[in-house]
Amino acid sequence: MPEETAQTRTIAVDMVARVEGEGALRVTVKGETVQEVELRIFEPPRFFEAFLRGRHYEEVPDIVARICGICPVAYQMSAVHALEQIFGLRVEGAIRDLRRLLYCGEWIESHALHVYMLQAPDFLGYDSAISMAKDHAAVVTRGLRLKKAGNAIMTLLGGRSVHPVSVKVGGFSRVPLRGELEGLKEELLWARDAAVETVRWVADFEYPDFALNYNYVALRHPDEYPVNEGWVAASSGLQISASEFERHFIEHQVAYSNALHCTLQGSPYLVGPLARLNVNQEDLTPLAKQVLTDRRIELPLRNPFHGIIARSVEILYALEESLRLMERYEAPPLSAVPITVRSGTGMACTEAPRGILYHRYVVDGDGVIREAKIIPPTSQNQSRIEQDLRLFMPRLLRLSDKEAALACERVIRCYDPCISCATHFLNLEIRRESIA
Amino acid sequence: MKDDGSSSSSIRIIGLGNELRGDDAVGLLAARRLRQAVGISVEVIETEMAGVDLIELMKGARVVILIDAARSGQNPGIIHRLDASDSPIGVQMCPHSSHALGISDALELARTMGVLPARVIVYGIEAGDTEAGQVLSVSVAKALDEVVGLVLQECEGAHA
Repeated sequence: MPEETAQTRTIAVDMVARVEGEGALRVTVKGETVQEVELRIFEPPRFFEAFLRGRHYEEVPDIVARICGICPVAYQMSAVHALEQIFGLRVEGAIRDLRRLLYCGEWIESHALHVYMLQAPDFLGYDSAISMAKDHAAVVTRGLRLKKAGNAIMTLLGGRSVHPVSVKVGGFSRVPLRGELEGLKEELLWARDAAVETVRWVADFEYPDFALNYNYVALRHPDEYPVNEGWVAASSGLQISASEFERHFIEHQVAYSNALHCTLQGSPYLVGPLARLNVNQEDLTPLAKQVLTDRRIELPLRNPFHGIIARSVEILYALEESLRLMERYEAPPLSAVPITVRSGTGMACTEAPRGILYHRYVVDGDGVIREAKIIPPTSQNQSRIEQDLRLFMPRLLRLSDKEAALACERVIRCYDPCISCATHFLNLEIRRESIA
Repeated sequence: MKDDGSSSSSIRIIGLGNELRGDDAVGLLAARRLRQAVGISVEVIETEMAGVDLIELMKGARVVILIDAARSGQNPGIIHRLDASDSPIGVQMCPHSSHALGISDALELARTMGVLPARVIVYGIEAGDTEAGQVLSVSVAKALDEVVGLVLQECEGAHA
């Protein structure tokens, strides 16, 4: 081996921009070998777990809604389902439909934000949505209007479009009249067409050749594309209920981060739109299937960069589903199912825009939370993001530090990590050491 | 959010933050107080969202005054007044927190799209503790009183 002087090269980027919130990435490279990839994320859900203890169950939906500004509905839904399991409650009919509709609104607005404002600039060669807007004003306007369509659903059903206040255990504090939902129809019809255009648009992007073998994990439901309910299914064959989640999905602490990493049978796995689409492809609508066929997109998608395609397809699905649910809606006589409080433990998984969100609560006989456990999708994907970066890094080693750092950012953005379900400040650091 | 701000009002105050994250609530609390103090000619919005949604919230206003927690490394409670009307306010001041694009990004996107209100003033209050479940720190609570006074003056100036 030729003798070289040991040398460390450090690449630092202040923040991985356009990722929800902030975190930090550190990559250590020795010669041509990637030695370590460490994604550090701080997680507010952990702080909220402590904050929830001692609170009355009725306060939970309002508290958990404030964990994340982008996916408050997801936190509310996993919470109410887990609590309803304790109280032996099953929400059916129009209230179930309204929850699904509200969740669709969140998928639309979260995905539209990511597709148009956060990830599209990567594929079109811009450093931000702002610079992209200078050349593609019509596209950005379409993205903003699509997002607003999702917001409109959330505002109507949630009372306000961020941190909805009307979700409660058993149902809603108030349900809309049929006429109120009909008021959204025209805009959602526009949005559905815009979503078709979105899938076509992103399908024509140029993608790096980076197909991987993932263990995809997503909810699976016998009758529908999963949103609020279903079995936890892995492409490796596992199929379990949410109550068994912690027996199979094991969290462990890593030294460099206060976030816990979650693995399935000791290995990283992938949750989120790509996993959901691959696991549930037969539940897509005929229109969504047709648009994919027209663009010669074959499922399963194995390239993390194709996450933008999966998100776009889900925007389309969520709009079609919203229109279907609105069409059959009749206001229920009661806005919420009556509750009999009892002690117990309840677990639920729902499909947040970024993937499976697991909640577990222990409640005493007075309805007071004794224990809360929250496993957000981002911490589930964290090990897999690190692994993918490790696989992607070799093709970046010839780049300048700055270019390599930007390329790492683009990889991380594929997973739409909610680092705010997490915390502030993402610093990116690449250490290069030559072989001694 | 208390209302969606869809009506057109010449002056609009928008307080941003997270009610349950300690000093991050300061913008919301300032807006809440200002609602009591300003006349009907000033619209007040409390919102826990930010990022691109800010573009929608600013729509139709001539003057927008934004109030949010800020983080620039200075002592908690320091009040920054930034004029975004004609030029960017810089990216470091307002934390990205749980919002996809920061305030400064949203303002620049609005400027690029040609929808930025004629006058946009940002009050950033340097935050200390933003841990879940905490109340405002003493220095930020003091700054809250001060910023309410400053924004009232700002409104009077904007009316003139």
